[in-house]
Amino acid sequence: MITLTQVLILAAILFSISVAGIFLNRKNLIILLMAIELMLLSVNMNFIAFSYFMDDLAGQVFVFFILTVAAAEAAIGLAILVVLFRNKRTINVDDLNEMKG
Amino acid sequence: MEFIAAYLPSAMTNDATIAQLPLAMPEIILLCMACIVLVVDLFLTDKTRGGTYILSQITLVALIVITTMTFAKQDTIAFNGTFIRDGMGDLLKIFIYIATFAVFLYSKSYLKARDIYKGEYYVLGLFGVLGMMIMVSAQSFLTIYLGLELLSLCMYAMVALQRDSIIASESAMKYFVLGAIASGMLLYGMSMIYGATGSLELSTISSEVAAQQQNIILIFGLVFVVVGVAFKLGAVPFHMWLPDVYQGSPTAVTIFIGSAPKIAAFAMMMRLLVDGLGALHVQWQDMLMIMAIASMAIGNVVAIAQTNLKRMLAYSTISHVGFIMLGVMTATKEGYAASMFYTITYTLMALGAFGMIMLMSRMGFESDKLDDLRGLNHRSPWFAFMMLIFMFSMAGVPPFVGFWAKLQVLKSVVSIDLIWLALIAVIFSIVGAFYYLRVIKLMYFDTPQETSGIEAASDLRLLLSVNGIVVLALGLYPQLIMGIITSVI
Repeated sequence: MITLTQVLILAAILFSISVAGIFLNRKNLIILLMAIELMLLSVNMNFIAFSYFMDDLAGQVFVFFILTVAAAEAAIGLAILVVLFRNKRTINVDDLNEMKG
Repeated sequence: MEFIAAYLPSAMTNDATIAQLPLAMPEIILLCMACIVLVVDLFLTDKTRGGTYILSQITLVALIVITTMTFAKQDTIAFNGTFIRDGMGDLLKIFIYIATFAVFLYSKSYLKARDIYKGEYYVLGLFGVLGMMIMVSAQSFLTIYLGLELLSLCMYAMVALQRDSIIASESAMKYFVLGAIASGMLLYGMSMIYGATGSLELSTISSEVAAQQQNIILIFGLVFVVVGVAFKLGAVPFHMWLPDVYQGSPTAVTIFIGSAPKIAAFAMMMRLLVDGLGALHVQWQDMLMIMAIASMAIGNVVAIAQTNLKRMLAYSTISHVGFIMLGVMTATKEGYAASMFYTITYTLMALGAFGMIMLMSRMGFESDKLDDLRGLNHRSPWFAFMMLIFMFSMAGVPPFVGFWAKLQVLKSVVSIDLIWLALIAVIFSIVGAFYYLRVIKLMYFDTPQETSGIEAASDLRLLLSVNGIVVLALGLYPQLIMGIITSVI
């Protein structure tokens, strides 16, 4: 039987991977978007685990909303990515350096 | 069928929910109107785009009237504990409407000159206002998150509105990524607090938290929630998106991002930290204190080195956020009121300062460099005087309203015996005065690069003058707002 702690540790590991992916990745913006998605999914895991082990439905309802918002967020993120690529002809993270100061 | 019925709310709670709908009247009206504006705009051409603009402005004026008329006299929690209607929320909402009204008016000619005078700007703006209203009235983690995302998604899209601009799309990307990280952090914290308390409703959480203050999971969750809030407010060390976004986005969007959402972020901080996690104030006080000091230090010092006016104002925002956090940090009613006063008056000043940039800009000329202000007094003494009011007010010079805002916050900090902290805040304010006074020096004592007068639409001129006079008048009679604030907090 899987315990609450085990699920929480897995979610924490996924969360850490996504944060590391955001800050260490200097190459591709799409990987960054994937890391953001992973971050939200790890939170979903947390919510579902708590919801299941506490026998409270509210957490699972929240997960539905997070999934929906994550979809909308991905749509906007990819739209901005397309605009950026049209203007700059690159999606390299290190090339986002027009502004300084 | 019975299986499904077991999961549906009973008929009685349904009736109760319908009876509570009038409480959310402003939100419902705004949602309908935003959809109407979206559809109406489809039938308009660029020549008749004024219809979209006027419809949006009528909506905002109607909301001001409705919220004022139904101003909440007591706190009412509705919709199964997800929504609260209280005096603080109503007051903040009214200022959100006013700020957005001013933003739309200021940005009209700017948008026209840059060929982004489109319905999307107004629809996204109105949906953003809806998101802010939900944030302000949120009483559960779910509504806070949904309001926050509705606002954030609108703002990401607005920053990228100028599709052919390289810096606009770059700053939209940065804003999107950092905003998404902030939401992720906030959600992770919320999930931990949900796990520790077993509820998403702030009122239940508040009583649960009071019962188990030493629970390590709660404190773990609190840290993530504070990080999320700090990201959204733009406090150091989570401020890196702010200067780039302010500089990169079109000024018409910068003024939107820099004004009303600050009020909503303040409301979110109040709801989460005070209403929800008030019992943990010993823990979050330290975090807010460190972030406030760092914000004031980095904001004020780095602003000195800027040559771009929008970037300078971004760093000035960071330093003002430090002051707003300082007031909340005190965890006293007096401090909350001071912070609320600071947030509202800061919004008025930021509107004026960005409005000034748009007043001076014209087709093909952004006017966002400090040098563009050189000798403004020779070109237009009246608007140079308006800018002087905004700059003096931001620097905290009496008799302008910024002075009273700073004074109230400092008074609340001194009242909890943190005199050293008040001293640090004063020292950084003095450092900050340097770059505000430099703007005034450029306007009054330097020779202009060009001698032509300022050509701007008369409604823009009128609003900027009113804005300046309001900042001056509130400085002379701060009680006008302070009285209402202390009565609702």
